[in-house]
Order: sequence, then C-alpha cells, then structure tokens
Amino acid sequence: MTEILHRTAAELGADIAAGRLTSEEVTRAHLDRIDAVDADIRAFLHVDREGALEQARSVDARIAAGERLGPLAGVPLALKDVMTQVGVPTTAGSKMLEGYHAPYNATVTQRLLDAGVVILGKTNMDEFAMGSSTENSGFGPTHNPWNLERTPGGSGGGSAAAVAAFEAPLAIGTDTGGSIRQPGAFTGTVGVKPTYGGVSRYGQIALASSLDQPGPVARTVLDTALLHEIIAGHDPLDSTSLDEPTPPVVDAARSGDVSGMRIGVVTELGGEGYAPGVEAAFGRTVDQLADLGAEIVEVSCPNFEYALAAYYLILPAECSSNLARFEAMRFGRRVGDDGTHSAEDVMKLSRGAGFGAEVKRRIIIGTYALSAGYYDAYYGSAQKIRTLIQRDFDAAFEKADVLVSPTTPTTAFGLGERTDDPLAMYKNDLCTIPSNLAGNASASFPVGLSEDDQMPVGFHVMAPARADDRLYRVGSALERANEEVWGGPLLSRAPELKGAAK
Amino acid sequence: MTDLVDFDEAVDRYDPVMGLEVHVELNTASKMFCGCSTAFGAAPNSQTCPVCLGLPGAMPTVNGKAVESAIRIGLALNCEIAEWCRFARKNYFYPDMPKNYQISQYDEPIAFDGYLDVEVDGEIHRVEIERAHMEEDTGKSTHVGGATGRIQGASHSLMDFNRCGVPLIEIVTKPIVGAGAKTPEVARAYVKTLRDLIKALGVSEARMEQGNLRCDANVSLRASADAEFGTRTETKNVNSLRSVERAVRHEVERQAAVLDAGQDVALETRMWHEDTGATTAGRPKESAEDYRYFPEPDLVPVAPSREWVEQLRGTLPEPPTQRIRRLTEAWGFSELEMRDVVAADAVDPIAETVEAGCAPQSARKWWLTELARRANEQGVELTEVGMTPQQVESLQKLVDDKVINDKLARQVIDGVLAGEGEPAEVVDARGLAVVSDDGALSAAVDDAIAANPDIAEKIRGGKVQAAGALIGAVMKQMKGQADAARVRELIVEKLS
Repeated sequence: MTEILHRTAAELGADIAAGRLTSEEVTRAHLDRIDAVDADIRAFLHVDREGALEQARSVDARIAAGERLGPLAGVPLALKDVMTQVGVPTTAGSKMLEGYHAPYNATVTQRLLDAGVVILGKTNMDEFAMGSSTENSGFGPTHNPWNLERTPGGSGGGSAAAVAAFEAPLAIGTDTGGSIRQPGAFTGTVGVKPTYGGVSRYGQIALASSLDQPGPVARTVLDTALLHEIIAGHDPLDSTSLDEPTPPVVDAARSGDVSGMRIGVVTELGGEGYAPGVEAAFGRTVDQLADLGAEIVEVSCPNFEYALAAYYLILPAECSSNLARFEAMRFGRRVGDDGTHSAEDVMKLSRGAGFGAEVKRRIIIGTYALSAGYYDAYYGSAQKIRTLIQRDFDAAFEKADVLVSPTTPTTAFGLGERTDDPLAMYKNDLCTIPSNLAGNASASFPVGLSEDDQMPVGFHVMAPARADDRLYRVGSALERANEEVWGGPLLSRAPELKGAAK
Repeated sequence: MTDLVDFDEAVDRYDPVMGLEVHVELNTASKMFCGCSTAFGAAPNSQTCPVCLGLPGAMPTVNGKAVESAIRIGLALNCEIAEWCRFARKNYFYPDMPKNYQISQYDEPIAFDGYLDVEVDGEIHRVEIERAHMEEDTGKSTHVGGATGRIQGASHSLMDFNRCGVPLIEIVTKPIVGAGAKTPEVARAYVKTLRDLIKALGVSEARMEQGNLRCDANVSLRASADAEFGTRTETKNVNSLRSVERAVRHEVERQAAVLDAGQDVALETRMWHEDTGATTAGRPKESAEDYRYFPEPDLVPVAPSREWVEQLRGTLPEPPTQRIRRLTEAWGFSELEMRDVVAADAVDPIAETVEAGCAPQSARKWWLTELARRANEQGVELTEVGMTPQQVESLQKLVDDKVINDKLARQVIDGVLAGEGEPAEVVDARGLAVVSDDGALSAAVDDAIAANPDIAEKIRGGKVQAAGALIGAVMKQMKGQADAARVRELIVEKLS
C-alpha cells in the first residue's frame, strides 16, 4: 500500500491504464490513508468514500472494456471545498453553508470527472478563502504534515496538506493572493496559479472575481502539469475565460531545461523581514539555475511595495459584493426564522451567526471602500496601483523570461501565532499578490528545507500571462537537479505520521 | 386630500422641468446573462438556473443579441455608441434580486448623447437623450395574506424568479425644459414615439400594459426659465400613455400647491395611482441607498467594433416623425386627419390595410370609427381588437363591389369579431348580401307605392326628392339589404 501512496500520479495513471493496478485499489489505498492520518491533519471536510469507489470502479470498467482514457484516469484527487460538486456538500469552509449541496458541477469538477479523475472528497480552507493559515475555517484548522503544531498555510491548506500527507497525489486549489502557492511552500508541494482566465472559475464560490484563479496542486512538477492540462481551456460559462489553446505545460514539465533562459531576481522581494533560512535556500536555488545554464539578471519592480495595500482594498470591495448572496433566504444556514423576525432581521441574524470574524472584517472594509465619496480614494486608487504593477511586470519581462523570489518571507508559522495580528498574517502574501493583481502565471516549487527550522521553503516563479509553460521549465529543471542532491523527492524526508503506523 | 393648483395657473406661475426614464424589456429568446428562456407566463420558477438564481459559484455571460438590440436602440435615438464599456454592480439587498446586486451599467453606458424628435400639435419638440444602458430585470414578489396585496400586512411573500435576468434597456432623457403648458403632452408624445420606435425596431413587444415598457417621470418646478432647477420628485408605476400625461400634469398641479403654500417639495419617489389619478409619497430619496457601484469583475468589457455598429445602423427603421410626414402625403390626409390617426394609434393598422390594397380614406374610416369604438368598449389596443388589416381590406372590397353597403358592413364586423370567419364568410352565413335582383326589388317597390299613395302622387307630380321616404320603406322591408341606388331608379321609372 505504501508503495501505491508514494507513486506519482503519472505513474499511477500509467499503471491503471496498463492494467497493472486498478483504480479501485489505488482509491482504496488513499481512503485508508485518510482514515489513518486525517484525524491529525484534518485536511478533509468531507470524504466521499462511496462516491469515490463507485467512480473508481466505473473507470476500471471502462479501461477493461478497452476504452483509452486520459493520463490521470483513475487517479484520486482532493477537491478544495470552494468548488461545487453534485452529490456532496459544498461549504467554502463557512458555517453559513454548512450542509449546503450545490445542484450543479463547477467546470473544473466536471472536467475532472470527464477525465476519469477520482474525487476523494472536499478539503478544508479558510472561510470563503480568506486567510493564509486555514485557521479561519468555520470547521477548525488543518495541520501541517511536516509539523503538526504549524499551519499548512492558506487558504488552500487542506489541499496542500492532503497531498503532502500522501492522502491524495493530486489536489485542486484556488489562488486569489497566494492560496495555492503559499500552502505549497509551507508543505513542500508544487502549486501553480495559471494565467487569469486559463482555468474556468465557473462553480468556484467567488472571493474576488478579478483575482481568483483555480489551479493544480501535486507533489511533482509533471503531475501538476498533467492536472493543469485537464482543468484548463476555454469555458463559455466564464466570460473571463481565455479563448485560446493552453500553453504546452506538459512538454515543459518534461523538458527540465533552462539553458539560455533569462531569470530575473526581483530586488524588492527580499531583505528585511525575510527569514535567513528562506533567503539562503532562495540564493542557493538561483545559483543552481545559473549552473543549469540560465542567465541571472536583477530586475526592479518599485510598485510592488504598494501591492499589499491595493490588494486589501480590491479584494474586500469585490468580496463585499460577492458575499451579499449569502443571506439565508434561498439556501444556507438560516437563523431567527421563528415567526417573530422580518426577512431583513433573518438576513442580519443569519449573516451575523454564519460568517466568521475575518469575513466580517473584509465585508466591512469593502463596503466602506466602495461607498459614495470614498470610491475614488480607495477602490479607484487601488485600481491605478494595479495598472502600475502590471507596468512593472511588463518592463521586467522585457529583461527576463521569468521572475523569481521566495514564495513566502518565512516558513510555516505556528498555529495560533498570527491569528491576533491580521497585518502579520497579510504580509505572508507579499510575494504572491503582485501576480494576482497583474493576472499573470506563477508557481511555487519546493527547493529544500530551511536551516532555521527544517521546514520546507518554496521558490516562487512568475511568468507573463499565457506563458504558463515557462513555470514548468524552471520547476522541472530544479526538481531534477534537487532530487539528485536529495536522493529522492523532498517529501520523502517528511516525518512519518503516527496514524500511519496503525 | 392633496391640494392642487389649476394646471393653467400652475404653468403660468412656474416653469416645469421634466426628465423621463423608460425601461424597455427586450424580446430576446434568452435572458441577459444566462441561457434561460424569457417566455412570458410559464409556471413560477420554471425558467431559472444557477446563474439567474445567483447560486454560489455561478457567474454571468453576456447575451450578444441583447447587446445588438441595445446598440440598435441607441442608434435609433441618434446616440453615440461606446467603443468600450463595462457592466457595473449596483449593490443593495432585496428579496427579488438573488445576488443582492443588480448587473447594470453605471458611468459607461453603451449609448449616450442622442435625441428623439416628437410632435405635439404639429410642433416638433427635440427631447435630448442622456444615455441608454443595459441591465437585468429582477424577480417578482407576490405578497400573500394582506388585504392590499402589498408587503404591509402580508403574512408571507412568494418569489418568482422567471423574470429575474430578463434584459432591460433603460433610456434616460436629459432635463426637458421649455415645454411649459405642453409638458404633459410632450411626456406622452415622447413615450409614445419611443414605444413606436422600439416596436419598429422589433426589439421588444413594447406593451405598457404588460410591463414591457415602463416609465418613471421626474418633475420639478422653478420660478422662471432662467432660475435653478427646483427639487424633483420621481413618479413610478406610470403604466399607460394616458397615465404618463396625467401623472405629469398632476405633479405640476401638486407641486405648485406645495410651493404656493411656501413649503419645499420633498425629494422623494411617488407612486402613481391610475384609479384616483393622483400620486402618493413613496420612499424619501435622502435615505436612498448608497449603491456602491463598481465595475462587474465577472464580465469582460463590451467593445462593439465600428464595422458592426455601422452594419446595425443599416438595419434601422425610418424615424417615426419622418414616417408620419411621409405617410400624410402618400395617403393624401389633411394634417388634422393624420393627427387623429396618430392619437388613435392607428398608423400601423392603416398602413397595413393600405398595403393590402385598400384606399387610404376607407382604411382610415374603418379603423377610426367602427373599430376604434369597439376597441374602446373592449378596453384593448386597436391592434388587439380582433380584426386584421387584411380583413378590413376584404370588408371594404365587399362594399366597393356593392355586395354590401356601409350599414351591413357593421354587421359583418360584428361577425368577424365574434369569430364567425372572414368577412365574405360572415356575409354568406348571415345572408347579408345586398339584393340587386330587379324582380324582388320591383315587388318591394310596388308594395311601398301601394302603401303610400300620397307620396307616390307627389313624385308623379314632379317632387322627385320625396322618393327618399319610399326608399326608406323599401329598405325597411328588405331589412336593409337592398341596393339603394337601384331602388331609387325603379321608383322613378314606375312613377314617371
């Protein structure tokens, strides 16, 4: 069984297609692993044991009947609970949606099902994806498999932790300001935020529509690319979906070649506030890329300094509007419907009880920022900064094919360590936010452990919009070189979880 | 009871200023932002989906046909068409709007800076158009358990989201100034001309009684034409052409009384009541919500190419006032005749009847007399009366061919409206054809002469004009189904 769990998704897919393994036994192995370790990790909000096995058997039957399915057919996956899926609950980590069942599949969900990917269940997340530690979940935090006292990052901590804990070889995340990449860095997994519009948002419960982007999470670069290819592509149900072919991400993930690539180190993303162990791992990785034949240049993006401020106006503004539909009239948790309250009171009571503190904070900030008389000063100014950041990127991509930085200033922090200090929490996303504001592609790749605390460090790569393949070229080159040094994948060095011995 | 000032006095002392907002419901097959049907009258909530129900995760996509209709309306109103524009979210909580924001347009409308010429008493008034923008309709609430059907006193409310997301175009005028005492008529003429234009464009059913076309009237008064605008009220629920005129007139009279009393007009919305012919206070505008508009991030901007816009310009119908002028000349009507035709909403039916081959004056006669009277009795529009322009043409042909006379034609109309078939079929079925068979007529004339010896004697004596009384007697006997001219000839033959 351990052998199954440690195989890559690409290997599992090939074994299933060739009849060496059945999807059912692969799925069962992962469900058993979830049973064994998830009491400690708490990556899943809902495990769909029967549904997953049924889907696995259906894939097995199709393969037995001679049907040729995609490279990940029969391989299990963990779905972030922000994506709708018929037949299981969809909560977005919020008490507001406790017990809610969506009547339709998100486009991402549907594409996974169509490709024969087996959905094991729904993963934990910060409520409505607001947070950087998964501690804002209405259903309790997720723990980092590398150290159970630390957070796995957020908002997609559940998806990253599930993959890092070998509960699933693949997962889906969504990234609004770093929610795929930062958990990737904290758990030693690969996380890619595709170009905005590259993957359909239809059926993703919106946080900030102009920033949200679903993407793949896995343990290897190739697995991530294979999953990327399945979920990407034009969707007529999402107006912002790009109507053009997906960049050749799988070829890039197999290339492992960065020779001649110009790699730009962003001077603003480093220095004060960055942990020594993170900076050391980052510096080592840049040297490694130079050794692999890349050309290293320094680039300056002076407006990145304002990215966090702009982000924390645009995001609350959009989410204050996006979350208005949660008022318990037609779905979701209803409070005060006892015949003594008006509809308006029921809306207020339900929202008061259903939303957590961070969600309320952002709704209040966003409502204020959009108010008459404040719009220009807040939302308007933030949009101007957004344009300046895009220009910084444009100028930097003249000099470099990709830009790089640490994914996060520090490694995974302790549970409860930053919950009382929103600003300290927000600063986690300093390096990842600019890419969301500009809508380009970016990724986090594991590049070793920090000398400070022996926790994983993520290497952040940013590529121009529609050039997602460049991320995979860098990632695959680093993976190849590092595994030679480490003697195997980074996650093979993660501590054994105690439940696994059971 | 609201104090009112006589209208003539009111416009003598104050200068009315008016702004009109008209919502047009488009007749696209599907909704503005999803594929649901827009068909009217379906079972409640049967035409809904995750998008128009605002379910978590669902998002809108734009209906291209609705954008096309919006551009054509804009062009027909002589507007500029934006090269690039966005939708915006208008945020407020309301149970009939499931997302709790309405997707509309704010500072970037698809069409802007146009005008529409309207005619009142032979005079052209140019109404300037501020903007025309796209938005989605809301659902419909039914309040149950109260006496009035309003939310006050209701025990619960039922929601029907079939209408939710149906495309609307909102057309907003600039302030209409200088119309003075004609202000109410200009209001009516504007809405009527706009309605005819929308119909001619084929983009909406444009029926006010069905709510396809809704008007809100903003009215204010000022001391003189060079004074600053006064405080305005916005009157809603104005759902017929007649109401548009009456509501504006009423607001002028009411506001004049308020100002005469030395008070300030309250900035508020007012509800028009067709039955009482008065407005009542709605919600005050001071407490109006801050809608927190911002660009809709779920939708990419709309950027109609200039080629497309020019292509659509080629599909526009003739402007209404120009068309009226052309038809007046073509039909040989006097200005006065045409004004009655326009007032009776009979231009289109007459045009179609003439097209079917009928003489214009005959077409006018039927539509403005018999059919107008019956439409009025039934309380429906002329086009809904139950007789088609083709049937009117057939009717007139029967008269021209002397199969029936005008008086019998009225019975034929009754038959057609009663569903008895085409005019010729009604004539056959009811046996209405005029008798011009000399045998039958001759016998009837002989009977009349025998019954009225005095009159016969007068005619013999040369008083031919006395024949009318004998003709009447014959017609009576023949139940009106006689060719009167032939009867006269026979009388004169027999008595000379």
